[in-house]
Amino acid sequence: MKKLSIALAACAVTALTLTPQAAKAGTLEDVKARGVLNCIVNTGLPGFSYTDASGRWKGFDADMCRSVAAAVLGDGEKVKYIPATGKTRFTLLNSKEGDVIFRNTTWTFVRDVSVKLNFIHTTYYDGQGFMIRKSKGVKSTKELDGATVCIQTGTTTELNLADYFRANKISYKPVPIESNEEARKNYIADRCDTYTTDASGLAATRASFTKPEDHLILPEIISKEPLGPVVRHGDDQWADIIRWTVFALIAAEEHGVTAANADAMAAKKAPATARLLGGEGDLGKMLGLDKDWAKRAIKAQGNYAEIFERNVGTKTNIGLARGLNAHYTNGGLQYSPPFR
Amino acid sequence: MSDNVSQGSDQQVSTQPNYLLSLWRNKETRSVILQIITIAVFFAFLAYIINNAILNLAALGKTFSFDFLDLPASYDINQRLIEYTSQSTHLRAFFVGLLNTLLVAFFGVITATILGFLLGIIRLSNNWVASRLVYVFIELTRNIPVLLHILLIHGIIVHILPSPKQAHTLADSIFLSNRGLTIPDPVAGDGFIFTVIAFFIAIAGAVYFRSWAKKKREEEGKIYHVFYISVGILFGLPLLVFLLSGLPLTWHVPEMGRFNLKGGITMIPELLALWLALSLYTSAFIAEIVRAGIMAINKGQWEASEAVGLTRDRTLNLVIIPQALRIIIPPLTSQYLNLTKNSSLAIAIGYMDIVATIGGITLMQTGKEMETMIIVLFTYLCISLLISSAMNWYNKRLKLVER
Repeated sequence: MKKLSIALAACAVTALTLTPQAAKAGTLEDVKARGVLNCIVNTGLPGFSYTDASGRWKGFDADMCRSVAAAVLGDGEKVKYIPATGKTRFTLLNSKEGDVIFRNTTWTFVRDVSVKLNFIHTTYYDGQGFMIRKSKGVKSTKELDGATVCIQTGTTTELNLADYFRANKISYKPVPIESNEEARKNYIADRCDTYTTDASGLAATRASFTKPEDHLILPEIISKEPLGPVVRHGDDQWADIIRWTVFALIAAEEHGVTAANADAMAAKKAPATARLLGGEGDLGKMLGLDKDWAKRAIKAQGNYAEIFERNVGTKTNIGLARGLNAHYTNGGLQYSPPFR
Repeated sequence: MSDNVSQGSDQQVSTQPNYLLSLWRNKETRSVILQIITIAVFFAFLAYIINNAILNLAALGKTFSFDFLDLPASYDINQRLIEYTSQSTHLRAFFVGLLNTLLVAFFGVITATILGFLLGIIRLSNNWVASRLVYVFIELTRNIPVLLHILLIHGIIVHILPSPKQAHTLADSIFLSNRGLTIPDPVAGDGFIFTVIAFFIAIAGAVYFRSWAKKKREEEGKIYHVFYISVGILFGLPLLVFLLSGLPLTWHVPEMGRFNLKGGITMIPELLALWLALSLYTSAFIAEIVRAGIMAINKGQWEASEAVGLTRDRTLNLVIIPQALRIIIPPLTSQYLNLTKNSSLAIAIGYMDIVATIGGITLMQTGKEMETMIIVLFTYLCISLLISSAMNWYNKRLKLVER
């Protein structure tokens, strides 16, 4: 199971050495020919990407995969989910096992520039926090001196943790763990005093406990974690498709287009929504898709607000407020460039 | 490669096919030609995969370089045998990981060998219950994948042992909890150096006594209990000096901090689990190898020893085991190699070995899959070759010297 990551790395090397230099077909052609979108997601993070009792992938990230599949292939269900740990995700993308990563992945300089990835847009503005049992009596991260800390290995949180504790001269013992699920188990078993990851992930993990009220998320947020979809370097057309599909979901929220009313709004021919929904002009063709692409994406899983509220919003047991992720008209950071 | 062959026959164009055919029909030249072709194919394949790697890396826009090893690693490692902080380089992180791999492999090999020999001998004993119990243990252990052993033992330690505040304790100085096994930290006082010196003198004394006893035995036929007397010297002399110099050693006993025990030496659960799992798993195989080795010795050897009046223990020590070792050592070497390589499963429970450090976090943070994997592969290769050559040397020493 965990040996998978080693195997994958080895496979990546093998793939690099043995894959013949094929004529460069674009990712779009590959996806269309295959008829399925290979979407790299988290192995299991409630609210973002997880499988429910019937085995269906659910969550904020999993739904966005469906939006893209609807835009590109015309059917939001034509998604093959490829679960990846923090360590395996980029290898899976670069070895072309997956077409896109929708897996709460932090946009950083090194990943963008040196790991040769293209970050599309921040779909979720997050920051790293700490969760601890209330019984430990800790009220602030500054009190964590000597604590054992569970982290997901291969993530930015691992680096932030080292920086933050060094800067504050706090000693700690790291316990590196492969996946959120394993980290959760170790935290529950009290192998570590505190678990650190993105605050959204902590809220989602806490919501899955039998007694969430016994656990506290400490007030300090120690980093910026802009999370969003990622594609390989070197295929601008594919990057544009993902980027503008995400923007379409955000613009849909701005213009009040929802999954339910998308068809009606398209018929209304108001200028901004008509261009977005394909009633006017042919933006889709410029992307290499057809003119209804955005309408299909919105109809598949709803606009950004619908996806957010359904999966992680205040009405769910995860209960995250929009905060920075509110639309800019409501004081948040989610903002789509104009469709024209 | 066939160019070389045809060059020589340029003048006799008309006879060339026959000439080539005759080269092929000649047994010696044919074997040379086949070898040349094999080597050419091998290098062509090598060139092909290297070329492909270069092209594919270029297509991804990646460069091939080991410069990243000098950059700060920026991550912390929970078990460090050498000094390391998150400011140290990736190269140093690699060495920390390497030492962690070697640590668990070293202790694993020792415990697996001791346990394996004991089990193997008990398996052969006339005591039906003991023999059957060991048989059940061996079959159970070696037929379950080692990864499950690791996960099971780690699970037991983490889930069943209490948290540090309720730790099981022995004399309030040794603590066992789900954060690991913590023992007091020895602090050497003034004059402890004499005990160390005494220990080295004791080693020299034991070695001298051994050769003296051997000489006596050969000359006068007098037999001393070399083993017991050696052990007596090795422990007795340093202990005597230690007592005489006034017990110059104090123990720094761990104390409970807010979250964890402070001070002392801690063996983290991941190391404990990995070490125990690898030892148990490999010991089952070693037990079978030992049993096979002993059983392969001709019954006549036992009877001959009995005939000259040797006891069972002396027969085993002087006659059977030295011969059995020749059979045991080669497969034992494979078990040592397996144990070392299986230690790479450490990643499953978060033990920071070489795969988890350079082949894991460094790979992730730098995106250098090719370079880091090459480093990991070559490191395992080197460790394996070293173990192999050491065991081959030992095997050669044990070989029957024909006179």
